[in-house]
Amino acid sequence: MEKGKNKSVIDLLWDLFASVKLAVVIFSLISVTSMVGTVLEQNAEPEKNIRVLIKMFGVGHETAHSIYGILDSLGFMNMYHSWWFITFLLLFAANLIICSLDRLPRIWKLVREHIRPLSQEHIEKMSIRRSVSVKNKPSGIKEDVSSSISKIGFKPAESSSGNSFQFYAEKGNFTRLGVYITHLSILVILAGAIIGLKFGFNGFLNLPEGQISPVAYKDRGSEVPLGFEVRCDNFDVEYYGESDMPKAYRSWLTVLDGGKEVLKKVISVNNPLTYKGITFYQASFGPVRENMKGGILVLRLVSSDGKSTQINTNIGGNFSMPGSSAEARVTNFSPALSFDQSGRPFTYDANLVNPAAYIEFSNLGGKPYSGWILKRYPQTWRLPDGSSVEFLDYWGVEYTGLQVRKDPGVLIVYLGCILMATGLYITFFMSHKRLWVNVTEEKGAAKILIGASANRNRAAFERDIEKLAGLLGEGHKGGK
Amino acid sequence: MSGSASSVFFGLSTIAYILAMVLYIGYLAFRKNQVGVVATTVTVAGFISQTLAILLRWKEFYEVGQMGWLRAVPLTNLYESLVFFVWCLILAYLVIEFRYKNRSFGAFITPVAGLVLAFIDISGMSKDIQPLVPALQSNWLLAHVMMSFIAYSMFAVSFSTGLMYLIVKTDNRNQPAYLFWTIMLGIFAIVLCAMGLDYLTFKVAVKSQEELIKGYLFKASFRNSSSAIALLSFAASAAIIFVIWRFGGVLKKIITSLNISAETLDEITYKSIAMGFPIFTLGGLIFGAIWADQAWGKYWTWDPKETWSLITWFFYAFYLHSRLMRGWKGKRVAMVAVLGFVAVIFTYLGVNLLLSGLHSYGSQ
Ligand code: HEM
Repeated sequence: MEKGKNKSVIDLLWDLFASVKLAVVIFSLISVTSMVGTVLEQNAEPEKNIRVLIKMFGVGHETAHSIYGILDSLGFMNMYHSWWFITFLLLFAANLIICSLDRLPRIWKLVREHIRPLSQEHIEKMSIRRSVSVKNKPSGIKEDVSSSISKIGFKPAESSSGNSFQFYAEKGNFTRLGVYITHLSILVILAGAIIGLKFGFNGFLNLPEGQISPVAYKDRGSEVPLGFEVRCDNFDVEYYGESDMPKAYRSWLTVLDGGKEVLKKVISVNNPLTYKGITFYQASFGPVRENMKGGILVLRLVSSDGKSTQINTNIGGNFSMPGSSAEARVTNFSPALSFDQSGRPFTYDANLVNPAAYIEFSNLGGKPYSGWILKRYPQTWRLPDGSSVEFLDYWGVEYTGLQVRKDPGVLIVYLGCILMATGLYITFFMSHKRLWVNVTEEKGAAKILIGASANRNRAAFERDIEKLAGLLGEGHKGGK
Repeated sequence: MSGSASSVFFGLSTIAYILAMVLYIGYLAFRKNQVGVVATTVTVAGFISQTLAILLRWKEFYEVGQMGWLRAVPLTNLYESLVFFVWCLILAYLVIEFRYKNRSFGAFITPVAGLVLAFIDISGMSKDIQPLVPALQSNWLLAHVMMSFIAYSMFAVSFSTGLMYLIVKTDNRNQPAYLFWTIMLGIFAIVLCAMGLDYLTFKVAVKSQEELIKGYLFKASFRNSSSAIALLSFAASAAIIFVIWRFGGVLKKIITSLNISAETLDEITYKSIAMGFPIFTLGGLIFGAIWADQAWGKYWTWDPKETWSLITWFFYAFYLHSRLMRGWKGKRVAMVAVLGFVAVIFTYLGVNLLLSGLHSYGSQ
């Protein structure tokens, strides 16, 4: 890159974008602005970040408010989508493309160029070298040299003149492209991300049990048609032991296309459902507050002689126990029941954490009986006459929170990730290795001179060369 | 559950590392080979004990969680991951000791291990085995967290060798590189002292241990309610930095007496980053993104943790590229390596401790 006055603007721009200097400037710009973006909460209510500013700078509310105003108008409150941050990313991509194009021809030549025999003086200047003497004529050890080189994994070529000869071999020229694969992979990932933003969407759908929806919703509430319908057949949470900490939650989903059921799947966190490019992730759950008392209570009734039936009822509903004259009526319900110190029941959570139904029985072996039956505690299911009422489910009062995504770019992003891993592996763990073995006659013995180079991990290659020298005979180590 | 067999072995390994630290420093001071051999033996014993502890905890977790070996990796909270970090660091150190046949690094690495384990005890962070929330029940978690920590420990090695390189390569007290490393080392010392003070005073002031980490950080010093104490803390910090700056030459003497050339230090810095960078890229960024994609349907959301991982990644990309720039070999590159590890620490601890404190309503 010689400097001259007769360069056009395009040349100057090219040189600028081909420089690693610009790259480190861009690295710094992206890093520093990103740091600001992690201190300010993104897409949050203004009040939150005003508090952050007050805490950070110890200023009053007024001042914090004006700082907030300035930062907001600069786009810092949604900075990863601001025009200037996107510009940084584009500059970064441009830098990467031009820098790679600028150097590719030279690297390509290195990759394509085949190794040639070298003069003895050249070999003596290699960064790795050994010399070995063997009491034999050079022609007598030719086979031996060739097979030793093969033993350390190289395919040698040969050139000979008169009494002396030379074997030379190389491996991994293509590894010089590793850096370019790495750089390309970044562009592939960026391209995948752009495709996803342009042709995909990110939405959510809070779908109550039993309901069906042809659309999902974007963050600002606008509808996105799915092109098919999805129904939540059931939703269930499993807790750790008797705690309120969820161990797993699942939704039983059915996809309907053109009115026909085409797909059924039980999804859970880390285990989504995909249909026609749209994926449904189990993200959250919650109660349908306005319908909390309108659900369907699924009970299994087991009479004292073992007869079992499953029934659906609701709050206020009546049912009779099988094989007896006992009648029952559900009179109350709590989504999360607990008892205080004096034994009085109370509801401690609006979510369906520990659902319980209060059931009054009559004609149950004479005495009237009533009590709370809790889904989580089988001991509350047993009745005085030996029969039992199992609380299986309270259905229709919870919604499953689904993250709905369409992202045609994600496969490209994954492809980019694979490329990046491959590129980095090649770059850092492989190398372009070359070796020359020159054999001449010296005072009736064969003098073997080995020279070698590797563009990376020289120490490892040096051990191979050491082994080769060992294979070639008892010799003294040369140079270093 | 913290009184189990695994915690006995953890305790043993903590003691072993602290003992090893004393021995390595003794070895440096007196250059007696026997002392060095004992130091190595103690470190290896501590390492074996810690390995056993981790395996036992894995088993305990498996029995509590009931969901398969791979999901029961003890790498799910701050405590467990710090322990794993120490384990990787000691492993990396032992490899270097055997590869380079040089024990001198021990005096620098074992204090880090001892300090981290002491930090765990001081901060009183929860050591209980906690059941996994559903999002964490993924096989990617194992690969993601484990590889991130292996990379972090490589970066920790590059940090210490980078710092040592700077110490060895600078003489003039007004040189930027000299100022850089004295301030860096000073800040580390100051933060450690300040956290020690927090610990000494917090037992009277706050009740819950969670509060100590999140809300009480530096309350005994810089953020003290009495402005006199806060001012005094800043003055003391300035004094610490001044002392390091004034007597930095002593450190240089110590390191030069170790028989490690500046070139070897530079080589180890580069090699550990050249190993750490691909591992971090694959495990930290790529596997993290795949996991997020599976769990939440978004491979990248710019949340602070992700963003800081990216910043860290940029720092090390900066390092790798700055070596290619004319005039950047040597000291400047070493400074980038040191800063890279500051980013690592922030990614791991700062995001959890500082940013979440800043964003929560509870404190203050
Ligand atoms: C974050 C994004 C980037 C990553 C992860 C990355 C990765 C790498 C890696 C791993 C190397 C090999 C370094 C070594 O040999 O130690 C490398 C070399 C290089 N990078 Fe990047 N790079 C990035 C961005 C860029 C950009 C924007 C440029 C534009 C100028 C650039 C220019 C170069 C050059 C010129 C080389 C040397 C190639 C050679 O040795 O032939 N890189 N890069």
